[in-house]
Amino acid sequence: MGAPKREKRYAMAMDTKKCVACSACVLACKAENQVPEGFCRDWIVEEVRGAYPNLKAENRSERCNHCSDAPCVDACPTGASHYAEGGVVLVTHDKCTGCKACVASCPYDARYVHPEGYVDKCTFCLHRVKEGKLPACVTVCPTSSLTFGDLNDPESEISKLLASRDHKVLHPEAGTNPNVFFLS
Amino acid sequence: MKPELIEVVSNRTNPGIDPVVHVWGWEVPVYLFLGGLAAGIMVVLSAMELRSGERPTSRGTRWAPLAAVALVSLGMGALFLDLAHKLHVWRFYTTFQPTSPMSWGAWILMLVYPVLLLQGLSNLNGRERTWLSERLGPLGGLVGRVSAWADEQRRPVLWTTAATGVGLGIYTGLLLGTLSARFQWNSAVMGPLFLASGVSTGAALLLLLRPDAKEHAVLVRWDTAAIAIELVLLAVMILGFLTGDQADLVAANQLLGGAFTPYFWGLVVLTGLAAPLAMNLAEFKRRMPATALGPVLVLIGGFSLRTILVAAGQVTGYGLLP
Repeated sequence: MGAPKREKRYAMAMDTKKCVACSACVLACKAENQVPEGFCRDWIVEEVRGAYPNLKAENRSERCNHCSDAPCVDACPTGASHYAEGGVVLVTHDKCTGCKACVASCPYDARYVHPEGYVDKCTFCLHRVKEGKLPACVTVCPTSSLTFGDLNDPESEISKLLASRDHKVLHPEAGTNPNVFFLS
Repeated sequence: MKPELIEVVSNRTNPGIDPVVHVWGWEVPVYLFLGGLAAGIMVVLSAMELRSGERPTSRGTRWAPLAAVALVSLGMGALFLDLAHKLHVWRFYTTFQPTSPMSWGAWILMLVYPVLLLQGLSNLNGRERTWLSERLGPLGGLVGRVSAWADEQRRPVLWTTAATGVGLGIYTGLLLGTLSARFQWNSAVMGPLFLASGVSTGAALLLLLRPDAKEHAVLVRWDTAAIAIELVLLAVMILGFLTGDQADLVAANQLLGGAFTPYFWGLVVLTGLAAPLAMNLAEFKRRMPATALGPVLVLIGGFSLRTILVAAGQVTGYGLLP
């Protein structure tokens, strides 16, 4: 009998100090996942805070946060929205009725209705991850501002990054335990 | 404290999502209104008879449960039109998801049909049963057998109808109320509020179906009580928002100075609640005869409440927080 298999918890760290808002992640995602024209699964947010001349700018590459307490999974009436391997939140297209309860339930407005009728969003490129590859957005980032990995592995790059750098999640007050972290 | 936000630029322009969520159009409020209306009819008619022990005496109240079947069906038709993946509608019935009010609703609706049919068929008098069975062709024989069985089980049928009506009414509110990412819906009052609104609109519709004088007097009392409860629940909802966090204050502002203020106060509170309440009270004091205007205003108010809340909820999200 071997050691019990440890469950993975996939997460992403996004370094706001490195991001130059080039949108390469957005384009890579569109190409990899055949995202329909006019839609995106990830996007860039440029935020400026403060009072002139003391300004602070932050660039973020945002996407579904693959929350550990995902309201979209709770709201889904058919089980189409579910937790998959590593806690990744996925939508089974074949089970989705397009009722849009999950769209309304998402604090991050990360979902959209695909022109074919089902609800769609970031999958952390789980199809690539299962093949041992990284998500398309991570692979293509020219400043290496995106890090993907298993948070339950203390030796993973993402675990070490989060242990050593200040970080935040978006809207922690929503109480959804997001798995996308922003390094600052 | 975070430094003051000056500018946010996003390149996300997803249809139906940006700049604010607008995925639910007219179909959802129409469904919530018709579902609430049917729930109200179920609760009011059953409770009236359980209390008095007297069967419905007017044609309108006798046929009302079958009319409610038509209302629920129309509402479900609207809901079907709202689905983006229509061919997968059957997926609702291959599973039960206990955390999803929509899943509860799908199954409650399956219970609504048989209980309404049992109550409705049993409500009819002998002549009406004959009339109906003659028009149902090969299914006509069922009318007599089903209504005879429902006659024997009259009280259990009424209790089941009332309980199912309460479930249907509350669920239409919880459907929105559990989606806490939309600040306008994030209130525990939503379920009872929609039930109270459903009861008042149900009583209002029954008042329009020409009940006899005795039924009319009871229905006006139900209508008045439900309107009063609805006003209290709306006040509780707004006070809850006002005493809440930043997200709640966004919701409060929508109704107290924001974009939805004139519609909410004009159509829901004044037209749909205060005016018919005043008319009912005047009727009690015999200062004013009963007219169709009061019930019509209640129906307008009930539909407006759902339309305004569905619209206001979608635009209130975390994107509005600094």
